[in-house]
Amino acid sequence: MLKDEDRIFKNLYNDLGWEIESALKRGDWNQTKDIISKGKDFIIKEIKDSELRGRGGAGFPTGLKLSFAPKEIGSRPHYLVINADESEPGTCKDRDIMRFEPQKLIEGCLITGYAISAHVCYIYIRGEYFREGQILQQAIDQAYEKNFLGKNACGSGWDLDIYIHYGAGAYICGEETALLESLEGNKGLPRLKPPFPALVGLYGCPTIVNNVETIAVLPTILKRGAKWFSSLGKPKNTGTKIFCISGNVNNPCNVEEEMGIPLKDLIDKHAGGVVGGWNNLQAVIPGGSSMPLLPKNICETITMDFDSLIKVKSGLGTAGVVVINKDQDIIKCMARIAKFYKHESCGQCTPCREGCGWMWRMLERMANGDSTYKEIDLLLDVTKQIEGHTICAFGEGSAWPVQGLIRHFRKEIEKRSHEEPIIKKKTNIPYLVDQHLLEEEGA
Amino acid sequence: MPKIIINNKEIEFEEGMTVLQACELAGEEIPRFCYHERLSIAGNCRMCLVEMEKSPKPIASCAMPATEGMKIKTNTSLVDKARKGVMEFLLANHPLDCPVCDQGGECDLQDQSLFYGLDSSRYTESKRQVDEKYMGPLIKTQMTRCIHCTRCIRFATEVAGIPELGATGRGEDMEITTYLEKSMESELSANVIDLCPVGALTSKPYAFEARPWELKKTETIDVMDAVGSNIRVDSYGWEVKRVLPRINEDINEEWISDKTRYSCDGLLKQRLDTPLIRENGKLQKTSWDIALKLLIKKINLFKPDQIAGMVGDLADLEMIYSFKSFFNNILRSENLECRNDRIYINPKERMNYIFNSKINGIEESDLILLVGTNPRLEATILNARIRKAYVKNQIKIYSIGDPGDLTYPCEYLGSSTSIIKEILSGSNKISEKIKKSKKPIIILGESSLYGEKGKYIFESLKSFLEENNFLKEDWNALNVLSQQASRVGAIDLEAYSISEENNFKFFDKLHNNEFKFIYLLGQDNINFEKNDKFIVYQGSHGDKGAEIADIILPGAAYTEKDGLFINLEGKLQRAYKASYPPGDAREDWVIFKDLSNIMNKKSEYNNIQKLKELIKKSVNLKINKNNIKTNKVDFVEENILIKPMDYYYTNPISRASKVMSECRQISKKFLFTGVEKAS
Amino acid sequence: MSVKKISKTQPELFEFTQDNLKKVRKEIDKYPKDRKASAVIALLYLVQNQNDNWIPLVAIKYVANLLNMPYIKVFEVATFYSMFNLTPVGKYFVQVCTTTPCMIRGANKLTTICKNLISKNQNELSENKLCSWMEVECLGACVNAPMMQINQDYFEDLDENKTKEIFETILNDQFPKPGSAKNRKNNAPENGKTTLLEVKNA
Ligand SMILES: Cc1cc2nc3c(=O)[nH]c(=O)nc-3n(C[C@H](O)[C@H](O)[C@H](O)COP(=O)(O)O)c2cc1C
Ligand code: SF4
Ligand code: FES
Repeated sequence: MLKDEDRIFKNLYNDLGWEIESALKRGDWNQTKDIISKGKDFIIKEIKDSELRGRGGAGFPTGLKLSFAPKEIGSRPHYLVINADESEPGTCKDRDIMRFEPQKLIEGCLITGYAISAHVCYIYIRGEYFREGQILQQAIDQAYEKNFLGKNACGSGWDLDIYIHYGAGAYICGEETALLESLEGNKGLPRLKPPFPALVGLYGCPTIVNNVETIAVLPTILKRGAKWFSSLGKPKNTGTKIFCISGNVNNPCNVEEEMGIPLKDLIDKHAGGVVGGWNNLQAVIPGGSSMPLLPKNICETITMDFDSLIKVKSGLGTAGVVVINKDQDIIKCMARIAKFYKHESCGQCTPCREGCGWMWRMLERMANGDSTYKEIDLLLDVTKQIEGHTICAFGEGSAWPVQGLIRHFRKEIEKRSHEEPIIKKKTNIPYLVDQHLLEEEGA
Repeated sequence: MPKIIINNKEIEFEEGMTVLQACELAGEEIPRFCYHERLSIAGNCRMCLVEMEKSPKPIASCAMPATEGMKIKTNTSLVDKARKGVMEFLLANHPLDCPVCDQGGECDLQDQSLFYGLDSSRYTESKRQVDEKYMGPLIKTQMTRCIHCTRCIRFATEVAGIPELGATGRGEDMEITTYLEKSMESELSANVIDLCPVGALTSKPYAFEARPWELKKTETIDVMDAVGSNIRVDSYGWEVKRVLPRINEDINEEWISDKTRYSCDGLLKQRLDTPLIRENGKLQKTSWDIALKLLIKKINLFKPDQIAGMVGDLADLEMIYSFKSFFNNILRSENLECRNDRIYINPKERMNYIFNSKINGIEESDLILLVGTNPRLEATILNARIRKAYVKNQIKIYSIGDPGDLTYPCEYLGSSTSIIKEILSGSNKISEKIKKSKKPIIILGESSLYGEKGKYIFESLKSFLEENNFLKEDWNALNVLSQQASRVGAIDLEAYSISEENNFKFFDKLHNNEFKFIYLLGQDNINFEKNDKFIVYQGSHGDKGAEIADIILPGAAYTEKDGLFINLEGKLQRAYKASYPPGDAREDWVIFKDLSNIMNKKSEYNNIQKLKELIKKSVNLKINKNNIKTNKVDFVEENILIKPMDYYYTNPISRASKVMSECRQISKKFLFTGVEKAS
Repeated sequence: MSVKKISKTQPELFEFTQDNLKKVRKEIDKYPKDRKASAVIALLYLVQNQNDNWIPLVAIKYVANLLNMPYIKVFEVATFYSMFNLTPVGKYFVQVCTTTPCMIRGANKLTTICKNLISKNQNELSENKLCSWMEVECLGACVNAPMMQINQDYFEDLDENKTKEIFETILNDQFPKPGSAKNRKNNAPENGKTTLLEVKNA
């Protein structure tokens, strides 16, 4: 198990206090000026060497991303945008960073802002995190008071201003280009790529978008060295990560652990085990709702890092671990996730707009035993018709969990299906309908 | 030129092309719904997916820039599956109501589903129902059929320049609407009907009128303004059912104004279909013979000096020429006028009364100065080009005279003629800007040429442009914006009465009551008192001219005869007969031929071929006459007031149209919806 | 929530208070000068705060004029984001998360209590007109499931009794104490931490 001294977020549970005075004692803003004085190339090289991968879900190498920003500021300013939209079901780590370790994030913003030549940083927080935003704003104000932000921030010679921008309830705004659209005052519709935000981003200017956790770990990496960070975890999957363990465990919690920790350890050691014991485990969603679930037999041995999870056709995503035990109806669980995607699709692309609702309706019927065998393949076909055919990765995010269900729980669906198209005998499910209404009718 | 490999075939493409365009070059048809050449790229329908080497996912070809060495495949099973998949999704929530849909036979979805659709639907859930949206008297909505391609939104925002359409909600609940279901404000609004690939937005006036394959289609020219938009007229027997745009890159691209499109129901109403004469103050039906004989009898009572003729807005060259020939050669009268009011023209050379920069030249311009004109109303299609230039190149647009709401930001410089004086002397900032620009455009509207100041404004601005070398072969910045389809042609054919010293000789005489017999050739915009004048009206509609007439001779409307028109740029275009004149109505040149015959006088022509030859000859004469001459004139201090325009009611056809009258009612209620304001 | 319903009764006028106008200026100042539209979400929040938690149509025009945006664009934004209410909601506006992580820890028990104590259907006012409730998608507090949001605060680690208590409080026009119902320390494991046992501010 990771030693406490190697944990980056020492105040993850707010034992010590989030205010700046407390944060300073934990070492925040220590050496910041020195790090910046070593220059952009040094910082980016060090991040590359640490092999840090983005914590927002896609796991893109952070050092490489920062290097995409044009080296010099041209006619257009550069922007740094922090993605604090955290809306992936199963994930609630950025929230704790913002409310308990805000100075780590702010310090990270200054260093990254310098590294990509940005003088302005926007932090895009989901609207529901109103209180978290308030704390972060106070933390930003405190940092200004100490001259850690603003002109010649922290004595570094670099100017940086940070502004908070609230979202208003749209999961899709976590997608980086949708986030930029939303920041510009539009609906959060993902943009076509190319061009990529690093060259044409916010207001058409070069922009780097990173997750809160990605940015918040940077100062510690630079202070303790790339070697230290890359010595943790596995090659290409280095460092520590905050895992959110929720669902049917005895002690749901957030915990910072080493990358590559066995899933079983995570559940048993930190979350108090599965409710009803390990044998009562049905499945685990390892990385937030977009990642396909894993059945118990894979959970026995799987380790929690990007590459291992890809091998079992899932992903680390945001490391939001949702544990589902045998007391749950697995089809219903997935139908609910499908409903989430139906509700959150932005509606631009035909496959996503029309497919998400279709998947949800089918799954709902499957859960209720109103489907035919043939429809299982139809459902799989629909997921394949969405996947890879959309502007943004939401298409995959909505299709994969369903594919995971069919891959591992086809028998379960078959058990409830029939030869006859029973749906025709029943009244149709109304087009716009909410879950509780369905339950009443189905009963 | 860079090369791209499409289906193993190497072809060259132009820098800046998309993969879709390159595929078309290679002869590969790519299905699409959201993509449209003249709109920004949305890339949201996902129908145009193709395979790109090294990309694990298929790419949207409409949005992907083509690059050197790219390898594209359009015929693989991956592509086929992707297209079929998208098609299935599009049809999933699309109603299967083709038999009752007005788009039937012209529907992209219907056509493409033949190629990519599955034979039976696998979608068994209930289909989406979307409420109809009110968008005004022109656009009928059936939003359940919408496939969310957003073409209509992009058109309103980008081309029309009035962002009034949007998509509310999100995901499958997304709906296209105007703000609070308000009627669309743009004069180009109905183009969204053509753009809509399915039957979600269809034509309200044309609803259930006919199926496309039942109609006779005639390619012709519009006369609602002087732009000369290229149109197609669809008729069923005598009735003109609808008017659609034809593509002409130089003029209207593929748009037409709502007036062009929807005045056509006015062709069926208020028609004059038999000769009439006034007896005891009342109009009575009569025969051609009686009417023409009476006309001649009356004319013979007056001296040529007392006889005057006025040419209306919709006249083609055949009408004007035969009218003029009748006046000059048979009646020996010179009192002809194509204007209806004191609008200054200098007919000495052709550049003085046409739009020299050309409509498509607007796109190259880097500065536009409007003088006394509201192009949005006076020449809607030309205005769309100005907007296009603004969107494309962010050009600056200025105005002398307050033009009201335009569809692009326009800096108002004031309205006094003294600004022009300042421009000449160089004391106005705009003066320097014009001199520094490479391709400036100055547009003079009728309001600036009206009255005493007209001569000063025109001649002084012309000499300013000449001094600064802007009246050249390759770029002529001088532009007069005519509003009437007949105007440039009439000036070319010299249907005006101008003496060296007096531009408004005709009007002086008219208002001094020197004319006793007035022949109105489709002239309905009347600006004089009748008094004791004897008035003949020859035209198609019982409108203002017919109201005061003593003899009425029914003529043909613009869709009922072949005719030549010269648009405001000076371009000669041919209009074709789509229908025929109603009842006893006759083509106009025939009437003049008959009159000459009855008077036993020989006319210059006796058939249409001869007439056309004569017209071509005199028009050609005019075209080749250019010898830059500028006059020095005295300053006239006055304000340039842009004459308010009753947009939907400018001519007898639009005034007879029920649809136009509805539009007019609604436009009076418009509130400002928040267009980009001048900065 | 699926479609955004627009309230049938609409006020005639909307204007920001002086206080809010100051906030408007502050919001607009966050963005480059020619990018006022960026503040649209912030302004709609201010409208919502000032107007009992919902946005009337006049306010959409008002905001559009302030930011020099077309009406339809502001309307699009107001209908796209799920946190904007276009129809009145309760003074205590309860949003219960029912997405899978909450669902499997008993979110449907919370919605049943909502139906019993507040109103039979979602988006309906309680009998005393003070409260309304609706189901929402994941609120990003999955480790504290099941949970709900009342106005701007999170109520976490709920069970049936605690939820009833909270509803009784709001139905009595009082604001309950937010946070974990189990008095657990934020996102630490309930039965004692497994990490960060010895950390001190060094
Ligand atoms: C539908 C969708 C939702 C997303 N939501 C989030 C989110 O809530 N927070 C986040 O940091 N990244 C989210 N992402 C990932 C971002 O697009 C982007 O990859 C990330 O912010 C990059 O930061 P990183 O490199 O630090 O991981 C989402 C992506 C998709 C496709
Ligand atoms: S995939 Fe879905 S969410 Fe992403 S852009 Fe397309 S419609 Fe929007
Ligand atoms: S035509 Fe390319 S996505 Fe619609």
